[in-house]
Amino acid sequence: MEKELRLMKGNEAIAEAAIRAGADGYFGYPITPQSEILEYLMEANPMNTTGMVVLQAESELAAINMVYGGAACGKRVMTSSSSPGISLKQEGITYIAGAELPCLIVNVVRGGPGLGTIQPAQSDYFQAVKGGGHGDYHLIVLAPASVQEMADFVDLSFELAFKYRNPVMILSDGAIGQMMEKVWLSPQKERSKVAPDWATTGKPTTRKHNIITSLELDPNVQEAFNEKLVRKYNKIREEEVRFEEFQCEDAEYLLVAYGTSARVCQKSVQLARQQGIKVGLLRPITLFPFPYKKIGALAGRVKGMLSVEMSAGQMVEDVLLSVNGKVPVFHFGRMGGIVTTPEEVVENLKSKFLKG
Amino acid sequence: MTEEIIIAGFGGQGVLSMGKIMAYSGVMQDMEVSWMPSYGPEMRGGTANVTVIISSGRISSPILRNFDTAVILNQQSLDKFENSVKPGGVLIYDSNGLTRFPVRKDITVYRIDATEESRKMNSPKTFNMIVLGGFLKVKPIIKLENVIKGLKKSLPERYHNLIPMNEDALKRGMEIIKKV
Repeated sequence: MEKELRLMKGNEAIAEAAIRAGADGYFGYPITPQSEILEYLMEANPMNTTGMVVLQAESELAAINMVYGGAACGKRVMTSSSSPGISLKQEGITYIAGAELPCLIVNVVRGGPGLGTIQPAQSDYFQAVKGGGHGDYHLIVLAPASVQEMADFVDLSFELAFKYRNPVMILSDGAIGQMMEKVWLSPQKERSKVAPDWATTGKPTTRKHNIITSLELDPNVQEAFNEKLVRKYNKIREEEVRFEEFQCEDAEYLLVAYGTSARVCQKSVQLARQQGIKVGLLRPITLFPFPYKKIGALAGRVKGMLSVEMSAGQMVEDVLLSVNGKVPVFHFGRMGGIVTTPEEVVENLKSKFLKG
Repeated sequence: MTEEIIIAGFGGQGVLSMGKIMAYSGVMQDMEVSWMPSYGPEMRGGTANVTVIISSGRISSPILRNFDTAVILNQQSLDKFENSVKPGGVLIYDSNGLTRFPVRKDITVYRIDATEESRKMNSPKTFNMIVLGGFLKVKPIIKLENVIKGLKKSLPERYHNLIPMNEDALKRGMEIIKKV
């Protein structure tokens, strides 16, 4: 089967890719700027083709708990929302992480705090990468920078989620959600008919009960479980780091940016080089696990780094940890729903590193 | 080849759909495209704009400060985007409702009275196709046949009977655009 070329919004690409990835269920609640995901799925009505369930829940809380239930049955299930809605889902997310269940959560980020704005932002980095909900847990966090990656990362998310029995988040933003680009869609995958051996699908006489829970009252048992999670996260840190380098070979200054900001910075690299400044771009694709080692290695070759984010400065903390004092690291970013322009990034880089 | 375009006007003038047809046409010609709309409060009454990039190579930033071409369809958009045209670039405007006209001397300015022309043609809805025709005359980056293919892709099938009318509008736009 060949891939199919379409021109789509990022949100539509996620929805279509979910059907094609053989997802079993989507549970969501509308919010700008990601409502097209739910709208597309409702219109496509995949129940009639693949048998995928699409349901608009009564609230974000209901949606994430439907995902919890579906995941406990071993199904490929997902939800999507934007920042305020993702905050509402945090309780469910930490329970899912605590119960070691696979699922996909999409956050098409808008500006905050509170209801904030409906325009794009990257101010949910801390929430996605450092926890969000309570307890020692991590999501695997993927940051798409194109409509193509919005589609590709759906299948990848399910693959990683089931490999590690861990929730995966696609951390996108309003710009990639709303923009249209060319996208090559993968052929339709069949929905899995086999439940994983841990799934609660009814107990046959041949095995013991499968129990899905995040509760353990014996501290010794709970600590052993926490240690197991740490081992899992360390394995993910070892094996799943993904990033893209853009003209880093001879770079004297390095931009670090993900998602929409990484696209903006690609152009900044070109503009800076036209002015004779050797700039490169490191784009983290996984935000957890973060490419600490790669950025640390680059710190030995460049004079300074600029973390470019649509936030007050969040990922910059992980860049600082990677660099560990070797070279100066600064943050630049616009907030409140304003997307940085390529020229602004170059001007800021010059003002930080090349003044005088 | 990379062409970076901003189209700006009132909501309801077909700004976003004109950009969409451009993007589809670019796909039909095997080019890379991006279409980045304004989706904020300005869309809910007021100005709407869309950034379209058509390129023979990988597209970097879908969000831009400066453009090769600005297609300007109302006064607010002219005020906002006249200074965003790169030196040596192109500004195309419809004079309908304008009280202040473009003043820059380092760009090429074209005028297309598409509002008036669409009224004459008795089809105000083809307004944006007249403008697109004018753009293609100035910047022939996409073949007309690929624009027609793009139209077919972007319009639901129930509207395909309107394609000849849109083709006429495109051709009329090519005729009436003039350098200022």
